[in-house]
Amino acid sequence: MNFDANDMNFLPWLIPAAPLLAFFVIVLITNRARWLPGTAHEYSGDGQHPHYHGLLVPVVTDWGRVASIVVGMSGVVAAWLMSLVVVSNALGPNIELGKDVFASSIAWLATGQTTFSMRVMIDPLTTVMLVMVPLACTMIFIYSIGYMAHDPRQARFFALISLFAAAMLTLVVADNLLLLFVGWEVMGLCSYLLIGFWYEKDSAYQAAIKAFTTTRVADVVMLLGIAYLYTQTGTLSFREILYNEEVLHQLASTPALLIGSWGVSAAGLIGVFLIIGTVGKSAQFPLHVWLPDAMEGPTPVSAMIHAAAMVSAGIYAVIRMYPLFAAGGHPHQGDLTLPLMFMAVVGAVTALFAATIAVAQNDVKRVLAYSTISQLGFMMAALGIGGYVAATFHLITHAFFKALLFMASGAVIHGVEHGHQHGQGHGHNGHGHDDQGHEAHDSHDVQAEHGHEAHGHGHGGERPDAGLPDHSFDPQDMLNMGGMRKTMPVTFWTFLIGGLSLAGLPLVTAGFWSKDEILADAWYGLSHGYGAHTLVFVCLVLAATMTAFYTMRQLGLTFWGEPRTAAAKHAGLPVGPVSVSMTLPLIILAVLAVIAGYVGVHPDFPLFGALFSSNGNPFFNFVGPTLLEKPEKLAFDWVPVFFSFAAALGGIAVGYWVYWRKPLEAGQEDPAIKALGPVYDLLKNKYYFDELYERVFIRPSQWFATAVVSEFVDHGIIDGFLHLLARLANWIGEFFKALNLWLIDGVGDGIPKLIGDFGFWFRRIQTGRVQQYLLLVLIAALLIGVIFAISAGLLQAAG
Amino acid sequence: MVELNAHTVVFAIFSIITLGGAVGVVWNRNLVSSSYWLIFSLFGVAGLFVLLSAPFLAAVQVLVYIGAVGILITFSVMLTRGMTQIKDVFNRQSAASGVVAVLLFVVLLVGVVLPVWGPSGALSSAPASDVVATTAELGVALVDGSQYVLPFELVSLLLTAALLGAIVIARDQDK
Amino acid sequence: MVPLWMFLLVAAALFCIGTFAVLSRRNAIAILMGVELMLNAVNINLVAFWRYGTPETMMGQAFTAFVMVVAAAEAAVGLAIIIAVYRSRKSVVVEEVDLMRG
Repeated sequence: MNFDANDMNFLPWLIPAAPLLAFFVIVLITNRARWLPGTAHEYSGDGQHPHYHGLLVPVVTDWGRVASIVVGMSGVVAAWLMSLVVVSNALGPNIELGKDVFASSIAWLATGQTTFSMRVMIDPLTTVMLVMVPLACTMIFIYSIGYMAHDPRQARFFALISLFAAAMLTLVVADNLLLLFVGWEVMGLCSYLLIGFWYEKDSAYQAAIKAFTTTRVADVVMLLGIAYLYTQTGTLSFREILYNEEVLHQLASTPALLIGSWGVSAAGLIGVFLIIGTVGKSAQFPLHVWLPDAMEGPTPVSAMIHAAAMVSAGIYAVIRMYPLFAAGGHPHQGDLTLPLMFMAVVGAVTALFAATIAVAQNDVKRVLAYSTISQLGFMMAALGIGGYVAATFHLITHAFFKALLFMASGAVIHGVEHGHQHGQGHGHNGHGHDDQGHEAHDSHDVQAEHGHEAHGHGHGGERPDAGLPDHSFDPQDMLNMGGMRKTMPVTFWTFLIGGLSLAGLPLVTAGFWSKDEILADAWYGLSHGYGAHTLVFVCLVLAATMTAFYTMRQLGLTFWGEPRTAAAKHAGLPVGPVSVSMTLPLIILAVLAVIAGYVGVHPDFPLFGALFSSNGNPFFNFVGPTLLEKPEKLAFDWVPVFFSFAAALGGIAVGYWVYWRKPLEAGQEDPAIKALGPVYDLLKNKYYFDELYERVFIRPSQWFATAVVSEFVDHGIIDGFLHLLARLANWIGEFFKALNLWLIDGVGDGIPKLIGDFGFWFRRIQTGRVQQYLLLVLIAALLIGVIFAISAGLLQAAG
Repeated sequence: MVELNAHTVVFAIFSIITLGGAVGVVWNRNLVSSSYWLIFSLFGVAGLFVLLSAPFLAAVQVLVYIGAVGILITFSVMLTRGMTQIKDVFNRQSAASGVVAVLLFVVLLVGVVLPVWGPSGALSSAPASDVVATTAELGVALVDGSQYVLPFELVSLLLTAALLGAIVIARDQDK
Repeated sequence: MVPLWMFLLVAAALFCIGTFAVLSRRNAIAILMGVELMLNAVNINLVAFWRYGTPETMMGQAFTAFVMVVAAAEAAVGLAIIIAVYRSRKSVVVEEVDLMRG
């Protein structure tokens, strides 16, 4: 391997290395904390934290905080710049990336006769991901500077999201399933740590465990799939499996282990296993339960999980493995393999199901969480019916507008928190109090530092959504907002753009173009009478309509009408660097949420096709060659376009009619409650899935743990045996004790006394005079020399 | 056995300077004079280095020993001024020490030097070659990756550490 | 040239004089001077063996240079210790520094 940064084959190694290095630097060097008494500043808006009262808590020094931000930023920006270099080379005119990928490998593990190589590879699909992931990560990092500005653990936060970004980039550039799985698992760990970032909050801690265990269930299945694939092919390299007709054919024609007699091929079983991994990672039905709870983490983390990394990683993995899933089938001829069918059904069901839940959520971030699940369902469904390019396209556009929406919602929450404090005068009171503390202890270094930080807190608003349980005001509840278009105009406009892109407002937003592609693929199958395509089409059109509706609901509740609470009335971002770092990414992403769609316009689309795709659909032409068999181009059809228009505009119109025409007044009930009746309750409680899992999985396992394992096995069998052992040991001990007193003590006391006496006598030679020692050493050396000389002479004389 | 030429004479002079200076160091009651004798003796060693075709080492000898170590010792003597005029120069084991030192010299001479390299010794006492490496080559060798760069860097680290250590040790703790 | 053994002779003599100083002087600084004499004796040996043995290589000179550096470091640390001891005990007589006596 050639270690040359200008070598495109080598550069991909360095892309994930940059944020990884940043992680280590922050963790090992710059994350220096001082121990300060836990007070209001670190742990809540008002008063001491109950658990930390009077205890010392680690607070990162100002220097460490700034250094950590600088290190974290430079890591991600370096990754971004390197990605740009790779991407610009990949887009170069003389490169046919589908055939000749950028790749390099190093030996990793030797397994028996084969050596497992760690390989990176840049093919068109990877290139597209490298356009999106580092850019989105960079935006999220910039946003985090402002969003986390008053968090005492900001350095830790930057370390963790750096690791997160590194894991995601590893996953993207990886050329084999195992390396991909490494990135996948590290991301799982990071999501655990970041969702539970505010671990003082019980709900955050619970959510972290929920996310970790739910994805773990899926990951185990995925690992099974990987292991099975390895035993079948002896390799995990994408190039060797997915772009190799023979291997694919062989996998598709081998009957699967155990269930092969039911007509399932090895490829099918492996595919289903891998897809289950994605179902967990990308929060598809029925393992979607963790994603909404993941909102407990800081908002940049939500953006990271929902847009740039985590869930995109799941979809990326299935897109990547698509040739394996499709092996032996022809989705465009209605011949779906088991994995494709599985994906189509799961995706379609998830898309619709999550969209319905989103209609009845009041938490601004939860609506977005369910919309993410729904949009990921779109992608899964699209992939299931063979819409390879369409799924990729939607993944990219979705990442941009969803990152935008999350960060905008974070800004809204931040603003409302700020307004809440302002409204209650907390900010001022806290400010004055802290100033007193500051003066009183000015001479004391630690206290002075602390006072200074608290001072900043008084100005800078609150650590967002870190309220304690006793904090009755919920800054995330949309019913507490309203009218914020006036107080937070930049956030309003960017949120509006992101929301409309999510809703798929025709022609001007990215979301429209990518959803349209998916519907076109589904319609093609429907028009030929394929069942799966029909299901997907119907579900997705309904889901798209609902998406438009709940987006309008969200926008209306949040920004339209008059403020419903004092907090919303006073909402706003603090002036200064915080506000800049939080709004700049919004503006950049808002631009992308509009223009990203124009790279994938169908060439025959009236007007727009001629404008943006005169040489054929650029996105399609670039990504298509990733597959061995370039996907066929579908002819332009008016029917799916009509449905796209109808779904988006219909949803928007209903949403407008319900929530914008007569904006909600303070204390007024959501009109949806009356309209939907009992269904609303069902949706609001997310079809009772959490409760179902509680009954079906958690309670029985708790019962098993308590009644069977704890009572019977542990207390009965194991403890009984241990008690017997203990009694036995006790008897033996008594015997030895008697022996000890008589025999061992006699000898044992005798020897030390002897040694002690000898030492007392011998210590007199230790005069403490170095020169005396030296003289003795020299005399000894002389004696040795003389003896040596004499013996040498004797030897000489003798022989 | 030894020709009497200019080389030999110069050798004799420098040897006398070296050894005479050394004896001066040992016998002088006054430590300030002792330190001057030390400088004198070290200068003799530098002369011997010149005779041995090592002019660079001779220069370093003058700079480091006479210039730095000598001055350092002189300063230390002055800093511990109460001690320059102590009555008993030698300790109680001085007689034994003298015997041991002389014995050591005899053993070295009779047991090692003369039998091996002496006029009738086992090994030749003449130079193996007249081609002598130059100072430039020494410079290259000290920083050459295949020769002494590692010891060179280590020893510079050692020197730095020793200097820092010296400062830490000698610093007045009260201030 | 002067034969090698004469250089060795001078070096041995210097070494023994240094040894005597180290063993018999009471003042710590004088002992340190003795150590310097011993180190110089070693240096003479090194250079002499180099000159008469393998003068075309750099070994002898390089070693001598390293010995000089180590000697300088030793002198610095040694004198620093002496000054520290003097400061605390008002004495540099080594016999009076016998904390290690058994």
